[in-house]
Amino acid sequence: MGIEKQDTGLKITKEEVEYVAHLARLDFSEAEKSKFTSQLNDILMYVEKLNQVDTTNVEPMSHAIALQNVFRDDSVHDSLSHDLSLSNAPEARGPFFRVPKVIE
Amino acid sequence: MELHQLTIHELQKLIRSQGIASSDIVKSVFSRIDAVEGNVHAYITLMKEYAFAEAAKADKDVKEGILKPLTGIPIALKDILCTKGFLTTCGSHILHNYVPPYDATVVQKLREAGAVFTGKTNMDEFAMGSSTETSYFGITRNPWDLERIPGGSSGGSAAAVAADECIASIGSDTGGSIRQPAALCGVVGMKPTYGRVSRFGLIAFASSLDQIGPFTKDVEDCAIMMNAIAGYDPRESTSVPLNVPDYTEFISRGIGGWKVGIPKEYFIEGIHPDIEKAMQRAITTVEGLGATCVEISLPHTEYCLAVYYIIAPAEASSNLARYDGVKYGFRPQGSIDLLDMYKKTRSAGFGAEVKRRIMIGTYALSSGYYDAYYKKASQVRALIKRDFTEAFTLCDAILTPTSPTPAFKIGEKMDDPLQMYLSDIFTISTNLAGIPGISVPCGFTKDGLPIGAQFLAGHFEEGKLIQIASAFEKYANIEKRRPAL
Repeated sequence: MGIEKQDTGLKITKEEVEYVAHLARLDFSEAEKSKFTSQLNDILMYVEKLNQVDTTNVEPMSHAIALQNVFRDDSVHDSLSHDLSLSNAPEARGPFFRVPKVIE
Repeated sequence: MELHQLTIHELQKLIRSQGIASSDIVKSVFSRIDAVEGNVHAYITLMKEYAFAEAAKADKDVKEGILKPLTGIPIALKDILCTKGFLTTCGSHILHNYVPPYDATVVQKLREAGAVFTGKTNMDEFAMGSSTETSYFGITRNPWDLERIPGGSSGGSAAAVAADECIASIGSDTGGSIRQPAALCGVVGMKPTYGRVSRFGLIAFASSLDQIGPFTKDVEDCAIMMNAIAGYDPRESTSVPLNVPDYTEFISRGIGGWKVGIPKEYFIEGIHPDIEKAMQRAITTVEGLGATCVEISLPHTEYCLAVYYIIAPAEASSNLARYDGVKYGFRPQGSIDLLDMYKKTRSAGFGAEVKRRIMIGTYALSSGYYDAYYKKASQVRALIKRDFTEAFTLCDAILTPTSPTPAFKIGEKMDDPLQMYLSDIFTISTNLAGIPGISVPCGFTKDGLPIGAQFLAGHFEEGKLIQIASAFEKYANIEKRRPAL
């Protein structure tokens, strides 16, 4: 994390909300930031209760039905055409998706 | 009785023996939609022209002797399932104009089974909600009381079945999004085992929890729908390569000699008194069927909601990173550079609840917090799954309420996320453990609102759920009512 936690008694500060928003590529108004800070605090306080559970030597679980090494044959299938792939693009040019300039 | 009021199995008989045409059924359903949709708003997109064309094809098939399991039956699809050539919004502004170039596997399977699609149903944005109030396309109203919510996130699919605006429908369930609206709208809803139904073409919310399942008017229809959609899909690597039984064979088997677990942690303070009474009656009904009810314990129940509200947002924050305004969907004008475009697209494209969950998820996964939140939640999740494994050594199935309250008033919980999240307190554990669950009607409150009972079974034991739910449905003798619309 890029920001030191201030001693506010809160789980998450407004500055942290701003930092996380940047990571998530979201912008918020000042009013939204205050509301989110308070609501995220409530939720994070609530999930604190997980610390009551002793999880020593418990393997974390990622999927309910654990499958391993799901392989498929390396065979050629039909794929979407260029036109179809670009059919939903907000902006396209030729065979490409168009975005604002990335490289100066 | 009007055709739109009938079940799949009733209509199948009429099509096969009485010469009733699919076109007549579709006409009846769309006249019902014309009459009530203005009040209910179950649909985001109607596929009327398509439905009539497909019904005509079904009628031709029937004349030629081609009869498939769902030939000519009008089915509604939650707008989270990709439909080739038809708008698929996921209830979000960011996908308001998205027309998928392919069908979800479930959509393809239903087509192959002969189903006729009526339209795409309303839902909480990206399936994040318990009331269908977070949809970009407006709220859906509960057919039993238009001042109340239908539940969520698959509220449109539940309301469409309850209001006879389709014969059956498809929803998705990440923490209760099929079972809770089924309970609140007085219909049957099943969440299958994780891996039983392919998620290919289901717009992802939380990939380790999402499952697709049916809403139907009775349990036999649920079995018919499960037959159509279940099974391994080579395009979906978490779908499980196991044989699928014929679920309709479980309908009349009865449950004599079964042990049914009643988890003491699910009968807590705060349950609506009418629901508590209905559950007592449900226990008596189950015992009347020759089963024994035994008290069991699922000791980590109180942690389910906290685990869910770490894991689901964490997975969502990752899944929803793809909505960046580049490949599909909404993109606002006037961005100065790429980063600015991402931020403008996502800030204007997502609603408040989706942003809230992306924020929680991003925070929980961010450097320095991963162990404290995501890892801890995944460990407690393993303990929740273990609770169920141990419980199923003592009983064949588990009985709980589906929801702690009946349908609540529109707007009542919108400003208090934690209160809203509590609506899913009895359904979330099922998704965390990956087991199947079904909600069946089990009566009404004094105010005439539907109540649901939930049955749970072990992994891939959907057949057992059909068995107990159909026995319960027959024996409980729940008063047949229809919403007064």
